[in-house]
Amino acid sequence: MRYFLIISLATMLAASALAQPVLIRGATVHTALERQPLQNTDVLLNNGKIAAVGESLRAPDNARIIEAGGRALTPGLFAGITGLGIEEVSLEEDTVDNSVALTNELGMMRPEFDVTLAFNPLSAVLDANRAEGITWTLLGANVVQSGGLIGGQGAAVSLGHGFSPVLEGSRSLFVNLGADAAQFSGTSRAAQYMLIEQAIREAGSAPRNIEFERRMLTLTGRGILARYLKDGRWIVDVDRASDILQLLRLADKHDLQLVILGGSEAWRVATQLSEAKVPVILNALDNLPGSFDQLGARLDNAALLSEAGVRIAFTGGGTHNARKIRQIAGNAVAHGLDWYIALRAITRSPAIMLGLADNTGGIRAGFRADVVLWSGDPLEVTSYAENVWIAGRPVNMDTRQQQLLERYLPENPDTPRHYIK
Amino acid sequence: MMRCQRICRLLLGTALLTLSLTTSQTWAQSDAGPFASTYTPLQGPAVVIRNARILTGTGEQMDNADILLRDGRIIELGTGLEVDADVIEIDARERWVTPGIIDIHSHLGVYPSPGTVSHADGNEITSPSTPEVWAEHSVWPQDPGFEAARAGGITSMLALPGSANLFGGRAVALKNVPATTYQGMKFPGAPHGLKMACGENPKRVYGGKSTAPMTRMGNVAGYRAQWIKAAAYKDKWDKYHAQDDQDAEQPQRDLAMETLAGVLNGDILIHMHCYRADEMATILDLAKEFDYQVTAFHHAVEAYKIAGLLAEQGVCAAMWADWWGFKMEAYDGIQENIALVDRPDGGCAIVHSDSAEGIQRLNQEAAKAMARGNRAGLDITPAEAIKWITANPAEAMGIGAQTGTLEAGKMADVVVWNGNPFSVYALADQVYVDGALVYDRSDAAHQAISDFMLGQQPAAGE
Repeated sequence: MRYFLIISLATMLAASALAQPVLIRGATVHTALERQPLQNTDVLLNNGKIAAVGESLRAPDNARIIEAGGRALTPGLFAGITGLGIEEVSLEEDTVDNSVALTNELGMMRPEFDVTLAFNPLSAVLDANRAEGITWTLLGANVVQSGGLIGGQGAAVSLGHGFSPVLEGSRSLFVNLGADAAQFSGTSRAAQYMLIEQAIREAGSAPRNIEFERRMLTLTGRGILARYLKDGRWIVDVDRASDILQLLRLADKHDLQLVILGGSEAWRVATQLSEAKVPVILNALDNLPGSFDQLGARLDNAALLSEAGVRIAFTGGGTHNARKIRQIAGNAVAHGLDWYIALRAITRSPAIMLGLADNTGGIRAGFRADVVLWSGDPLEVTSYAENVWIAGRPVNMDTRQQQLLERYLPENPDTPRHYIK
Repeated sequence: MMRCQRICRLLLGTALLTLSLTTSQTWAQSDAGPFASTYTPLQGPAVVIRNARILTGTGEQMDNADILLRDGRIIELGTGLEVDADVIEIDARERWVTPGIIDIHSHLGVYPSPGTVSHADGNEITSPSTPEVWAEHSVWPQDPGFEAARAGGITSMLALPGSANLFGGRAVALKNVPATTYQGMKFPGAPHGLKMACGENPKRVYGGKSTAPMTRMGNVAGYRAQWIKAAAYKDKWDKYHAQDDQDAEQPQRDLAMETLAGVLNGDILIHMHCYRADEMATILDLAKEFDYQVTAFHHAVEAYKIAGLLAEQGVCAAMWADWWGFKMEAYDGIQENIALVDRPDGGCAIVHSDSAEGIQRLNQEAAKAMARGNRAGLDITPAEAIKWITANPAEAMGIGAQTGTLEAGKMADVVVWNGNPFSVYALADQVYVDGALVYDRSDAAHQAISDFMLGQQPAAGE
């Protein structure tokens, strides 16, 4: 097994080392690190990294040259929380792996469940979104269907790293609070804090001390939860302002590293979030009172949070339509969010939130060579990705969707359509 | 005089339709029979919108043009229009004007926000055949989604039952105006629709209970059994109406059959949830067998595979710009679907939402579809693409004579955009329904709020 791992790692390194260098010339580079785009700038990709950013860069002999002609170059986009690679057809259970329903007792939790183990880089869904400029995503452990307040663990994954996709440092625990999760807490949200406190106590106790108490965690689960208590990220799906404040108290008490997911009413408690340095991953299109937890939902949630100094990232396109993340960001701009912050909310900001600040979500020498060249404004609905690179390698643009298009585009083909491929 | 001819013809058409309905007993039209429309346009002053870029919905783009609205109607379009002194002047320089946006597939009101159990009234999932139910009887006019949609330029919509049943019930065309009753929203003169469904949903819902239909062949058998009954019902009534005997006994009314007979009479329009190309072709054959017309396939994720067939048979397809893959029958979805359906002569493409979020930005959905079509080399202009969310849905809802384009004599359903509506950054500045300003982005006095939302949001500066 170990032998196999070494081989595959070596193959991967070899592949990236052998990838042809790429020089993108004359782009408008939105680095997502500085507000002002770099005009007429060259970017060199080599050995899986951004090798250089500057004017009139010299191309290595074997480099592929791309003339950008002033078009926008951005970091590869973050898809938000999706099931890319773990969900093929949503309503076909056998093809969906983003939740676990093993728990058999109310309140039983399985934090040891890790969705990333199900990741399939050959998914056609992943391919379709990668060609649209999506280069990484956060795989979430779906809480609601899993039978407990803690859904399990997820992580950020690269969509261009084959069978070893996890971006190290990004592992996170997924938790759900509020009305959505009341079915797992004896119908009252108040009990959610009771149950989490109980799980935390259990994780911190020696096994023999809780023998006679009703157990919420397996032995493995205890170890995992203990790790997240010590040093780990908790991504908590919660919308109502009062629930967010309760959660901030809980996090403060146990010194948890917190990220809010959803946060329809987060704008109401923006100051507290800002002071606690707790970021929010939200869908900027959530403006309807979908539930009584979301009565305060509004289109300028992102703008208000950002003005208050809260770091934001976007989610909400779902798995198949993860590419919608650009439209979500664009709408946030239409409703008051700064364009640069909106771009960062689908590139740099999630990287910082997920422990990937070193080399992800920006264009700078030494960063991952995940970049996208756009036909126009990257947040505009009429623009599209023209070239996409992950770790310096061009991604496949001949997706299943593209092949379907090419089969049905000719009006009167000479050959039966099934032979067009 | 021109204007009068136009309006008079409209009114005459409406009257004739009403007349024919009283004999067929299907009550298929919104201002005849029970639950009739009580919609009355809000009164507003005459308005001239000047110097705008106007997409008329007829395929035309007019630059630097004016449009005059008075007494609820579009009076005139042109450059440098001369108007009376009492007309309100709006300078729309740098702004765009389009017909009011129309969503042909909405569940606002029947599946309202908040999504409480008590208000989930969108689908009578008790039998695969429920043509006797009417969506309007489930519409909650206080759904805050109506207001949100209005801010996105939506002036009319078709509210449909859900898709669990083969025959889901009657759909209703609504004007997107604030009202306390749904009758106050019912689009005057609009025919009813009948929601039908293909494919996975009926199979899943009923097959899962080990009752018919469990398969697609079960679906088709289910449709045919009902149409056979409907044909016999219609025949019975036709015979009754044709004979002269004053004492002849009137046949027993049957609500379900009344709806289906309304389809066979051509009074009720078929809106059929159907994803796969092969299933749509099956349904077109079914319609031939029982001699009715399918007005539009909804969702129609694979419509691009049979675009020629749909155009040939005069059937519209109402589609999403990019939804796909969430179930097997949506697995072959491509973003060029809408553009490819639009391509053949007679092609009728419609962009729909089926979503309380999507309905708020149908212009962006059309923009995405246009851009993908152009990327594939289809050369589609905004003037053409705007039809997908205006003229085409209006036609398919049977209200094309009244709304859907900016032409003299039509209802003054108009949107003024702060920029190019085919942009993610565009917002509706003003929305007019029958010439009345129902939404103004910069004036809270023209931003209605539903009863439900009253008092729910303390001031932001709390």
